Amino acid sequence: MKTEKKRRLRRNTRRSLINYAIVIAAYAIVQALNAGGNIKSSLQGQLVPICAYIVMAVSLNLVVGVSGELSLGHAGFMSIGAFTGIVAATALQAAIPMGWVRLLIAMVVGAAFAGLFGLLVGVPVLRLRGDYLAIVTLAFGEIVKNIMNILYVGIDEKGVHIAALEGSRLVLAEGGVPLIKGPMGAVGVAKLSTFTAGFLLVLVTLFVVQNLVDSRAGRAILALRDNRIAAESVGLSVTKYKLMAFVTSAALAGAAGVLYGLNYTGLAAKKFDFNTSILVLVFVVLGGMGNIRGSIIAAALLTILPEALREFADFRMLAYAIVLILVMLATNNPTMQQFFAAVMEKVRGTFRELFQKNGETVKGGGNHE
Amino acid sequence: MALLKVDTIHVYYGSIHAVKGVSFEVNEGEVVTLIGANGAGKSTVLNTISGLLHPRSGSIEFEGKDLKGVPPHKIVEHGLAQCPEGRRIFLQMTVEDNLEMGAFTQPGSTIAGGIADVYKRFPRLEERRRQVAGTLSGGEQQMLAMGRALMSRPKLLMLDEPSMGLAPILVEQIFDIIRELHKAGTTILLVEQNAQAALSVADRAYVLETGTVSLSGTGAELMASDKVREAYLGG
Repeated sequence: MKTEKKRRLRRNTRRSLINYAIVIAAYAIVQALNAGGNIKSSLQGQLVPICAYIVMAVSLNLVVGVSGELSLGHAGFMSIGAFTGIVAATALQAAIPMGWVRLLIAMVVGAAFAGLFGLLVGVPVLRLRGDYLAIVTLAFGEIVKNIMNILYVGIDEKGVHIAALEGSRLVLAEGGVPLIKGPMGAVGVAKLSTFTAGFLLVLVTLFVVQNLVDSRAGRAILALRDNRIAAESVGLSVTKYKLMAFVTSAALAGAAGVLYGLNYTGLAAKKFDFNTSILVLVFVVLGGMGNIRGSIIAAALLTILPEALREFADFRMLAYAIVLILVMLATNNPTMQQFFAAVMEKVRGTFRELFQKNGETVKGGGNHE
Repeated sequence: MALLKVDTIHVYYGSIHAVKGVSFEVNEGEVVTLIGANGAGKSTVLNTISGLLHPRSGSIEFEGKDLKGVPPHKIVEHGLAQCPEGRRIFLQMTVEDNLEMGAFTQPGSTIAGGIADVYKRFPRLEERRRQVAGTLSGGEQQMLAMGRALMSRPKLLMLDEPSMGLAPILVEQIFDIIRELHKAGTTILLVEQNAQAALSVADRAYVLETGTVSLSGTGAELMASDKVREAYLGG
């Protein structure tokens, strides 16, 4: 007798492998097209942000979809990651000439700081339920944005200097460079992010999130979302598992911030505002709560969409909104769902026939169990 | 020595004094029931034992150890399992996954054996093992909640209103299962509104009224008591 556990593990492994395959295939296709010069430069500029937003969406899905807590301040963690990463990468410029090593260190630093803030926010906040968590995370995002807006950071031979409110308070020794100039944000940043780095970060994120969800701890997180009282009655520590999801998510958002920040020569704190948090939430909701693959696809498509709609000029955001509404309607309307299901069934049937004609045995998804 | 000893606990919800100095004991191998009307404080007592609520004063001892300040998830590790009121199961998980979650505090090697034991006691659950728990009937959900609580191999099983919202025939089934568990040596603390059924399975019983124990005795004694008959058994 096969246990449910084995069945579940097999199902989860297959699902995870398909996700890796999709990402790797997408990377290979883009690289191939790029080599042939078939990608418009406007899209080329979007490649790294797409990777960053995929990481944001997958990590937020861990909190909103898997753990079932509404967080509205995800951009705050991205911001912390971006700026700490920029400082780390610039500070090490002389010591480590190799760009990818600095990028890697910057990502670790950014993820660590964002994770630390995730812990600081999470410990008191995850004791709250429902709407309260949403409100506190919303406030957190705004606080981070405003603090970053008045922060001046510079670097000289003695190390990193930090000042607040006025640039004149930042006193640097001769030869020192100001890195973050309050409302102007980070300036003169060396661009280190590449599409390949973004692709690898997406893979790492998938690895971390999928393994967490499929682990014993992941079962606990899912159980807590399903029924908190039942979860407590079987001996789960609510705070521990909620915190695990929240801090992991924050750290990954920090790494995404580093990837994003080091893709530009300059970056202002107001980039990571409430709109960005909502944008990532839209990816998660549109892709499906708890659906990792959905998050990847939604993040990629919705980042490209505004660019693709450029020909609508002034009506670009209107068209964007309309597309969003139509997609939501299409995926949630029972009639449309039936229609899609019927289409998919036909496609599968056609494939089956094709394979049978070729004399192969059919082993479709799930049938061999 | 009593397995569980509750000594004059006082529990408040904010300024509301819900439990006013309740004391009782459960000995090993016994079925003890707390009966009483709505709002008498039965579930409050149970939730206090399982660590979800904290007594303002008084003590709760399990196997001679004070449970003061022990968080709910550690209480399960001590060998106390609560089957919460209202069939709180994981609706989105399969039956078997629910049972597996019940053994969360147990070493992984014992899970398969535990599941087999539960299936032996509840054959219906085995038939439905791959079914999502939300699609079970009310009686099956109650069986699943009890099975899940048994998965942690508790020294004391606390059942909170297992008959709530079930048809009379299912109530009978659930109480038959409680009798079987009792025969197999499981110690049970049962909280019930259905006084008749509860007293019929109980070795000893306590009647709770507005936060205090008003009567106690063996199940048979209370069943014969005029006061209990008048108040809870319909004359």
